[in-house]
Amino acid sequence: MPKRLLPLFALLSAPVLAAEMQLEVEIPRLQVAEYHRPYVAIWLEQPDQKHVANLAVWYDQKLKDKEGEKWLKDLRQWWRRSGRSLQMPIDGVSGATRAVGNQQLSFNSADAPLKQLAPGDYRVVVEAVREVGGRELLRLPFTWPPQKNASHSAQGSSELGQITLHLKP
Amino acid sequence: MHTLIKWTALTLAICLPLSAHAHRAWMLPSATVLSGEDPWITVDAAVSNDLFYFEHFPLRIQGIGNLDNAPAGGPPGMRPRPAAVLQLFAPDGSAAKAENGSIGRYRSTFDLHLTQKGTYKLAIANSGLFASYKENGEMRRWMGKAEDFAKQVPANAEDLKVAQNNSRMEVFVTSGNPTDTVLKTTGVGLELAPVTHPNDLFAGEAAEFTLLLDGKPAAGVEVSVIPGGNRYRDELGEIKTTSDANGTLSITWPSAGMYWLEAELSSTEGVVAPATERRASYSATLEVLAP
Repeated sequence: MPKRLLPLFALLSAPVLAAEMQLEVEIPRLQVAEYHRPYVAIWLEQPDQKHVANLAVWYDQKLKDKEGEKWLKDLRQWWRRSGRSLQMPIDGVSGATRAVGNQQLSFNSADAPLKQLAPGDYRVVVEAVREVGGRELLRLPFTWPPQKNASHSAQGSSELGQITLHLKP
Repeated sequence: MHTLIKWTALTLAICLPLSAHAHRAWMLPSATVLSGEDPWITVDAAVSNDLFYFEHFPLRIQGIGNLDNAPAGGPPGMRPRPAAVLQLFAPDGSAAKAENGSIGRYRSTFDLHLTQKGTYKLAIANSGLFASYKENGEMRRWMGKAEDFAKQVPANAEDLKVAQNNSRMEVFVTSGNPTDTVLKTTGVGLELAPVTHPNDLFAGEAAEFTLLLDGKPAAGVEVSVIPGGNRYRDELGEIKTTSDANGTLSITWPSAGMYWLEAELSSTEGVVAPATERRASYSATLEVLAP
């Protein structure tokens, strides 16, 4: 094969080889009088902040009359970029709030949303907001599809702990 | 100050958006961006110096509270001014209804149940004539509709001065995704035609609006934008700008919070007799969100 076609081949074959993306999101233990689990939105954006795809939205789904949805706007960056135009719940994306600890998410290039993800530069955005608490937003840049195993981390300071992105070609 | 203008300003201070030299009239929504299946907002309406504090008079609105027992909006013994008419537009353009209305010493309050998804508009618009004249040597003042002018103002009035006035005060509130139906302007008086959606304003970003006078771009109109909370700072923090040749203005919001935007103009153009002057004002309470 001519050498100049190699990168193209690598690109085309990436989905076949099923690239993986793993995300660890730490919900920190907080010493507060009144603790509620945070609402968290996780999504992919382009470097210009254009929303690409939602990975997860954790909110209180147990309240009666969908009262939990009333506070989704407090995930204010996500609400602006995506949430306000959606009908909740979102199949395969939204779920219940998570407990303190390391929360794991896995995505595979064989499935949505990575299946449709065009090669390029992106960021994972994690936004957390807590009732009677604060808000924090973290971003992790990455290039898709991954050429080699790689990990990227960011450390939260209030509503989020460490978030880590593992990429596997 | 010109007597007529002064009196006009005073009157406006009571029931309309008004000049920068007088009190400010405003509506303050509890929220402008909402999520969930069954959102409500509550709205305060008042006339005050500081933004947005209740310290002078309530904004008197028809159907909101018992106006007979409420402050007249002026010195003790003053004849109550006509109450303003509140228009509420649902995202589909239909009329919405204010609920739980009340009027107190310093503010009027009402609720709005957002039963539709999209953008709502709350508006108080007025148009009419203001006249000042002498009758038997005494100063008289009159305000009302153009068609009543001939009937109510004596034909032999001395020193008659008449001003034509349009004023409009607006608030925008969105449940879910912002929509454009209610942003359509009416073509009467001074209005704001949003280029940037008024519920899509963020600190550090620029927003663009076009000012229209009777539906046509209004160039060279002075606009003042004041962030709320001025009780707790020394500076008024006013942003002053002027609409360009296309009536367009751009505002870069310095921080998140509630802002009061006011535009006004005075002109002799297109004035219809008996008026010799025209005044038009527009004000809006806008919420700027943190990015």
